[in-house]
Amino acid sequence: MNIERKTLSLAVISVIFIGLGLQGCSVTSKGKSDITSKTDGTAKSQVDATVRSDTARTIAPYFIPVTTKTMAPDSDGFIKRWLLLEPISKPNRSNTVFTDSYIRTAFATEYFPNQFTVLPKDGEKVKVGEKELKWHALESTNFNVKLFRFAYGLRKEIYGVLFWAVTVVNSPEEVKNARMAVGSNSASMWWLNGKEAVILSGDRRMVMDDCVSARLTLNKGKNIIRGAVINGPGMSDFCVRFLDENGEPIKGITISCE
Amino acid sequence: MEIEVIMKVRSKIIATALFSACFTGTVTAQVGKPFIHDPSTIMECEGKYYTFGTGGGGLISEDGWVWKGGAVRPGGGAAPDAIKIGDRYLIAYGATGGGLGGGHNGRILTMWNTTLDPNSPDFNYSEAVVVASSDGIEDNDAIDPGLLLDPTDGRLWMTYGTYFGFIRLIELDPATGKRVEGNKALDIAIDCEATTLMYRDGWYYLLGTHGTCCDGANSTYNIVVGRSRKVTGPYLDNIERDMLKGGGKLVVAAGGRVVGPGHFGLWDLGDGVQKMSCHYEADLDQSGRSVLGIRPLLWKNGWPVAGDNFKEGTYEIESERRGYALELAVDFVRMPGGMRGFGRNTDEPVKPVPSQELADVINAWPTGNIGVRIGDYMFRPHQKWTITAVPDAGGYPGGPYYKIVIAGTERAIAATSEAEVITVPTFTGAPEQLWRIDQLTDGTYRIMPRVVPGSNENLALISIGDSTPTLAKFDMSSDNSKWNFKAQ
Repeated sequence: MNIERKTLSLAVISVIFIGLGLQGCSVTSKGKSDITSKTDGTAKSQVDATVRSDTARTIAPYFIPVTTKTMAPDSDGFIKRWLLLEPISKPNRSNTVFTDSYIRTAFATEYFPNQFTVLPKDGEKVKVGEKELKWHALESTNFNVKLFRFAYGLRKEIYGVLFWAVTVVNSPEEVKNARMAVGSNSASMWWLNGKEAVILSGDRRMVMDDCVSARLTLNKGKNIIRGAVINGPGMSDFCVRFLDENGEPIKGITISCE
Repeated sequence: MEIEVIMKVRSKIIATALFSACFTGTVTAQVGKPFIHDPSTIMECEGKYYTFGTGGGGLISEDGWVWKGGAVRPGGGAAPDAIKIGDRYLIAYGATGGGLGGGHNGRILTMWNTTLDPNSPDFNYSEAVVVASSDGIEDNDAIDPGLLLDPTDGRLWMTYGTYFGFIRLIELDPATGKRVEGNKALDIAIDCEATTLMYRDGWYYLLGTHGTCCDGANSTYNIVVGRSRKVTGPYLDNIERDMLKGGGKLVVAAGGRVVGPGHFGLWDLGDGVQKMSCHYEADLDQSGRSVLGIRPLLWKNGWPVAGDNFKEGTYEIESERRGYALELAVDFVRMPGGMRGFGRNTDEPVKPVPSQELADVINAWPTGNIGVRIGDYMFRPHQKWTITAVPDAGGYPGGPYYKIVIAGTERAIAATSEAEVITVPTFTGAPEQLWRIDQLTDGTYRIMPRVVPGSNENLALISIGDSTPTLAKFDMSSDNSKWNFKAQ
């Protein structure tokens, strides 16, 4: 686009807004597709007519309820069963603010009681500020967990949010020198059995095996994974799997929510 | 054998990168008024170059180096692409979507024109037709089209989409520009926007832009690639990771003084010269504005990687033929001293020996024209060449014309009417003293005079013998035609 152009229609101004880097403007998009979320105050009012008319919102087909006691990872080892907490409001105009320091502070903040120890149950509610948020035990129908679709389908905030996720990995034997491999959009932190395993700082896209933990041990029996994902504008999702000491996905485990 | 070839190419590329890091020149983007966002693939039309951008309009260049506004594309919207099919140009653009107006219900349209020159009486866009759309809810945003005419079978493909869901592939009719009837979109990637396809040596390459746009110097846009043996995918990166799972190998990221490259476009100039177009979200030398970028496209082990635009500096100019260096045809001047001898006291203090300097030898050189030859490199003054862009001399696709002079002097290389090379005592700016330098796809360089006096042929600097340069037709398959620049 020629930024020399001075006289602009309203429509073209919108394009300029996207196209020319918002020079002199402090707000940020994750991409052109996320332009709606650039300004917290106006984004929600700009949801287009199609979305407003989407009165039958649902988390299907992205998630299905948990119906079995356990499930195996998928063929690539991705963990698809999770307890997801409805999003906590955490407005951010840009994902570039998610420095290590920022997210360590953001995730160290206690939003609800026992957030680093609780193994919630499906339907259980916690109070975050003035809001009551519910845990949902779900299975993703994709290798990744589409948090945007989770929030959108539940008619919750989709931008400027923080998600908590918990799951239980049951290992038939102790596995040493394993690694937790994570991709997330945007930043996230992950803990295994209460110990920090992986941190993904910065403005990230969800890429499988983007960040991988140092060598760790999967205990025989129950292992609790806890994760927190923060996102300003744009889509948000994550994918998690374990790799063995040869870098191959660990599949001989089962996943439950209890 | 294959490994050797690969190693050779790799070493060239690595060496080039190392040399580039040493250079002081800062010219990395285009000049003039190259302000654009989301540029379409560059098209040549009747001797001029065109690229269209977001918001309508675009840029025109007479030479591929100096750009100004003036291209005309109706329809507004965002992120067009262009392709020439037969004697017509097909333009695709996203009319809506991309968050425009707050949503993701996009539409992509195509339209034809027989010329891109807005002043031509034949300039007339056909009525645009919708070829793809998204409903605002589905996992796709119909914006950012990229076009490929498959050279193997003539089928026309379009990729489109953004971070809002999947990148999709559809087939268009190359005769009409319309969607092939019954064609169903395929999901081929996530995490991208500004995608496009290219084909090379049996592989289809899917280029996409990752990162954040539209945040000036803080934009993290970067271009990645995956490849497939079939146009329909799967597109895997260099560690076999599917682009449907976020895979992608980096082609180019920020560097120098430019930030956030995005919207890849292939510009194949033939003869082993490929360029890639993009925009930089911010050029810190141009007020941090979004500008058109054109840079060499190199190939390393079957993967595309952006080269660096040539940077001014002082170099050894090394022939790829034998590895000898271009030099002034003057007497070799010995440095003081000689073999120190064996059995001397090894406890004597070690001290540096000064290099031979220009002042040590220049008075022995003739003052008129001096010939040029190729010799084994001894880092002597007659072998060091300073290369600088010539202001206001125009350029060629992606670069300005350069003068090449012996370091510390104005003695310049020039083409002669006999299609040979000499040096003249003083650079005058004459066209035969201007040189075009293109990095080739294997990382070496082609060096061409702007003109050969009395000739209309495009000739290049060639090693006709190990020690003898001349001007002749460029041959990408011959090391005689290739050169390397080693920073001094």
